[in-house]
Amino acid sequence: MTAYSGKDGLDRQVTGGYASDLLSDVMGHAREGQVWITLQTHKNVMAIASLKDLAAVILVKGHGPDDDAAQQSNEEGVPVLGTTREAFEMVGELYEAFKEHEIL
Amino acid sequence: MKLLRNMKYYKADMHLHTALSPCGSLDMGPQNLVRHAVEAGLDMIAVTDHNSGRQCRSVARVASDQGLSVLCGVEVNTREEVHCLAYFPSFRELDAFDRLLYGQLADIPNDPDKFGYQVVVDEQEQIVDYPQKLLISSVDMGVDEVEQAVHRLGGLFIPAHIDRLRNGIIAQLGFIPPGLKCDALEISRHSNVETLVREHPYLADYSFLRGSDAHHPEDIGRGGTRFQLADLTWREICMALEGTGERKMELL
Repeated sequence: MTAYSGKDGLDRQVTGGYASDLLSDVMGHAREGQVWITLQTHKNVMAIASLKDLAAVILVKGHGPDDDAAQQSNEEGVPVLGTTREAFEMVGELYEAFKEHEIL
Repeated sequence: MKLLRNMKYYKADMHLHTALSPCGSLDMGPQNLVRHAVEAGLDMIAVTDHNSGRQCRSVARVASDQGLSVLCGVEVNTREEVHCLAYFPSFRELDAFDRLLYGQLADIPNDPDKFGYQVVVDEQEQIVDYPQKLLISSVDMGVDEVEQAVHRLGGLFIPAHIDRLRNGIIAQLGFIPPGLKCDALEISRHSNVETLVREHPYLADYSFLRGSDAHHPEDIGRGGTRFQLADLTWREICMALEGTGERKMELL
């Protein structure tokens, strides 16, 4: 896992996860403290992550944030992490880990 | 909209597909398409196939014999799966944009049985080419990159059917990125501007146009834009989108 930006926010408490590539859906349904798993790299991802007070964004399949998205992530302290895994795999692993640590 | 002196009304369908779009009917060849557009009382049509402008020329040639104007364009599917209309002042810019898009299009071959045929046809409706790549895939360019490329070529950039849950910019990206330079927004015939602005007040700052998004001949002109212009030219259309010099547009 790579930490691309917003490293100031890495000690945030995580309350769960949300997986979606439709930003309007995340805006409507993600909850505070969740990590958001997506392949979208647009700057709007950061605006929504910040608006919803999400703990972090995890980009899958080796994607990195767009430059302006990384900048906003740094400014707002919302971390953007990345993995080479596909969304299905990443979500599965996180789900197991969150269960194990009684986050879920 | 009251008609001013020295101005005329022009009825336009600002978004339609031809037989080149895999989802477009094979009945959308230039002859048939133009005939239906004329019958619908249109003065102008914008040809906007998915990720390709290659059908514009033959439609424009057939249309000019019938006194119908053609705005050459493309409906781009961006990396975020946002559909955006791009219009260009001439074939030169259109061709440059078309080459750029085809290079950035995912290398997925079209399977006509699953997605439909995508054919370039000439004025006599003879098939002259069929692009190999699936044209409804997305290009490897973000919405901001597409906007900048369109503007570099002197074109107009308009997010398509922004009210739609599938491939509309608001659904895909949550809201219209503030820095994105939109010359207008397209709204489908299923919504009206007042309701949309009530829901998203920031949209009051934009101008709106409408096209039918027709994929079949009978849908041509079902939803359009009425322009008030001194003459039907590129410059006049740009002025209407800017809302300058008493040039105006209203949705039909």
